[in-house]
Amino acid sequence: MDPWQGFKPGQWMHEIDVRDFIQKNYRPYLGDASFLSPPTDRTRRLWDKCRTLLAEERQRQGVYAVDPDTPLNITSHPPGYIDRDLEVIVGLQTDEPLKRAIQVYGGLRHAAKACEAYGYRINPQVEEFFSKHRRTHNEGVFAVYTPEMRMARKSGIITGLPDSYGRGRIIGDYRRVALYGVDRLIEAKEMDRRLTSEVMTDQVIRLREELYDQIQALKELKEMALSYGFDISKPASTAAQAVQWLYFGFLAAIKEQNGAAMSLGRISTFLDIYIERDLQAGLLAEAEAQELIDQLVIKLRLVRHLRTPGYSDLFAGDPNWITEALGGMGVDGRTLVTKTTYRMLHTLETLGPSPEPNLTVLWSNNLPRPFMEYCAHLSITTSAIQYENDDIMRPFYGDDYAIACCVSAMRLGKESQYFGARCNLAKLLLYALNGGRDEITGQQVGLEMPVYPDEILDYDQVMHRLDKQMDWLAKLYVNTMNVIHYMHDRYSYERIEMALHDTDLTHFIAFGIAGLSVVADSLSAIRYARVRPIRDQNGLITDFAIEGDFPKFGNDDDRVDMIAVELVKTFMRKLRRYPSYKNSVHTLSILTITSNVMYGKHTGTTPDGRKGGEPLAPGANPMHGREEHGAIAAANSVAKLPYGFARDGISYTFSIVPSALGSSHDERVSNLVGFLCGYFAQDAHHINVNVLNLETLREAMEHPEQYPDLTIRVSGYAVHFTKLSREQQEEIIARTFYKRM
Amino acid sequence: MGLVHSIDTFSTLDGPGIRTVIFLQGCPLRCRYCQNPDTWSKTSGSAREYPVAELMKIIRRGIPYFQASGGGVTVSGGEPLLQAEFVAELFTACQAEHISTAIDTSLYVATSKVERVLPVTDLFLADIKHMEPQKSRKLTGLANQLNIANLCFLSQHNARLWIRYVVVPGLTDDPQDVTAMAELVKTLDNAERIELLPYHALGAHKWDLLGLNYTLHQTQPPTSQQMNDLAHLVRSITGKPVFWQ
Repeated sequence: MDPWQGFKPGQWMHEIDVRDFIQKNYRPYLGDASFLSPPTDRTRRLWDKCRTLLAEERQRQGVYAVDPDTPLNITSHPPGYIDRDLEVIVGLQTDEPLKRAIQVYGGLRHAAKACEAYGYRINPQVEEFFSKHRRTHNEGVFAVYTPEMRMARKSGIITGLPDSYGRGRIIGDYRRVALYGVDRLIEAKEMDRRLTSEVMTDQVIRLREELYDQIQALKELKEMALSYGFDISKPASTAAQAVQWLYFGFLAAIKEQNGAAMSLGRISTFLDIYIERDLQAGLLAEAEAQELIDQLVIKLRLVRHLRTPGYSDLFAGDPNWITEALGGMGVDGRTLVTKTTYRMLHTLETLGPSPEPNLTVLWSNNLPRPFMEYCAHLSITTSAIQYENDDIMRPFYGDDYAIACCVSAMRLGKESQYFGARCNLAKLLLYALNGGRDEITGQQVGLEMPVYPDEILDYDQVMHRLDKQMDWLAKLYVNTMNVIHYMHDRYSYERIEMALHDTDLTHFIAFGIAGLSVVADSLSAIRYARVRPIRDQNGLITDFAIEGDFPKFGNDDDRVDMIAVELVKTFMRKLRRYPSYKNSVHTLSILTITSNVMYGKHTGTTPDGRKGGEPLAPGANPMHGREEHGAIAAANSVAKLPYGFARDGISYTFSIVPSALGSSHDERVSNLVGFLCGYFAQDAHHINVNVLNLETLREAMEHPEQYPDLTIRVSGYAVHFTKLSREQQEEIIARTFYKRM
Repeated sequence: MGLVHSIDTFSTLDGPGIRTVIFLQGCPLRCRYCQNPDTWSKTSGSAREYPVAELMKIIRRGIPYFQASGGGVTVSGGEPLLQAEFVAELFTACQAEHISTAIDTSLYVATSKVERVLPVTDLFLADIKHMEPQKSRKLTGLANQLNIANLCFLSQHNARLWIRYVVVPGLTDDPQDVTAMAELVKTLDNAERIELLPYHALGAHKWDLLGLNYTLHQTQPPTSQQMNDLAHLVRSITGKPVFWQ
């Protein structure tokens, strides 16, 4: 049978062009959720087995099992199953569910320390081989880092850099595996390779080697699938095959890379075309369509990587950011919502709430109303969804982009990102006051200048100093990132993910800032109140006396909001002045994930009244407790931050108790839809919505075993609340929960 | 100028949709369960005077949310009708910009004040404190004649009305009292819905802060069962939608 039978022909048949296939063949769905089916018996039984395994994993301190002997790659492990008879979609990272294996190319030390932390010892031969004969990414980076880079990293002015672990944030276009089969993809890559043989410059040689690696990885992908009994060299010809082929592509990626975020892309509308074809042909019923999606999602919920406890201090709750972008509008004005968009969201009901996959609704105020309502309904009942503004992203990325990690948009298969964690802007402000000396260690880290000499902080003088320190940091940050990504490409290249991209592609290089609201409030205090610096015995400024009131970010007050806006613009402009690795495009995020707790811990007292060691606000959030005029004022402040200058995303986390959304479930749904429409109408970028009672969270802190599924959105992703450290839990509870005044 | 206690830009419980609520300073009542005793005094250090234009600037920032949810502005308090002239000016400005207006009032004020805001108010969220004059006085400090008169006035003028009734165990939860309230509401054709608000002690600490004597420390909030029963009772008498949470 022709696997493309019944599909509307187009350009997609002659070149690799998934978007064209989707546009020609998908069917928008404007109805409501009433067509959805409950999970099949098979799915229910399979998920029950998984729940038992997950409970066991929690018992074992969060790690079920480790294979410390076999470095994980596409073909490293024999096939693994949960229960062959119940699995409709197959494939595990190792030979057993939840078993984690070592990934050494990112860094030997990270792998060894992670094994140790959970009572295993990395295989001595592997250890010896990688310490004597094969350099890792981590080693490569440290071979090249300058003393200044090391110092910046140690002091925490830049933290979380992917210099000892996989950078992630690269999304293979896994749909290509299903639509074209692997042979066709190999053929296309071979053609690209032939076209690069004219002049052998550095760049061409590197590209040819990368293409060689990509083709190799595609061959291994076929081999891995074959070990499960599937020949994926040709296109998928049924919906079940399409899901399976696509998942094999993703599985190869998560076998090979322990990336900080291993996102899925935007698969639902693509898969809907196959499901619709089979439904029409009578090969599939609704229950079975849901089963395919449920079973895929079960697999996604079992993805595991071996990471050190230090990693969890930064990115808590064992996240993988298997982000699936849902919905949105096409450039032709039709919505990209299909029935499978619903089916994917419905997994929060068939399987219960979960942080993974990271379900991300691309919101447009033109989405079909019933879809908006279904999303709001699920937010209210599960708190598991995040929303991002399709109307402001579509002009940049078209209508076939996806989200990597939390808020990073990129065209699928055409754009890719070099992830750069974030720098601590709050600490930088203290460097500006202390002449580049660290307020905690006293060491000279930043640009050397005299400590601020006067009795009262003067706004213009402080801004002048901050500007100079920003110059210093921007240059150092770009240079450091160039080193990291050069080495990552060299020693831990994402072969399979890049094989599922066009050869000729655009790279983003994504910088980030933490502590924006603290710095904006601090500068506002300096400008509108009187701030007197207090010095310690070494002459360093370590505390502040504030007299008078000042406007605070989060109250829709331009006096301070515009300070935040200017900070973002200024820093972005400065970053752009320094050349980037592979000529990638500089972008910036205002996103902390859970690292706002760790960053705060390593940041001294700030002029806004925040005490040393206290958490920064997450992402672009106002500092908690400083919003005096309720949720709209706070959301409006965040909405002012300019997406054009922060194209890697502006994360806002919103928490509200259910009763504050309205008197009945229907009213709550309608009001939440209204809130999202109003927020996004003002060009805001992102929002996490939590609808929770504080009492539930407190209960869950005391009795975690009773709340295994309690999911909460932090900054850009969701976690199981009970997997957070006590400190992180406290921080979440301290955040502003909007309730009735 | 209006004397404003505080502003909440996001409320879903003070009229339909998402609403910006302006809490005005000053109240003639001294309800024993009051959650906001800091709004009683007509002069307060923390209250701030706002001209209409400045409030409009804040209100306008909610327009996208109002439009998407069918919301608008609600003036609450304190007793907003103590500043009826100001409310009328503010609502006139709102209506000029097609922003829907609601007022959350005890109606324990002169009817002339209600009349003043009537043409520019889209919805009245009107309290019934107690049907029994003596019990009203014991509960709020004032008898309820004005309240009943104003409800009838609003009914005669066909003003859109939502009724609010606070259920305080031992003070307002006697089924006979609730029945009397429901019987009155039944006669108000323009009353669209009734909201039963269960008493809670979340405002008690404010009394202590203000050096006031909170007399309900021993009072427990009504149970869900009791609230459901009362909601059922009111629904069966009035035939109108009853909400509580």
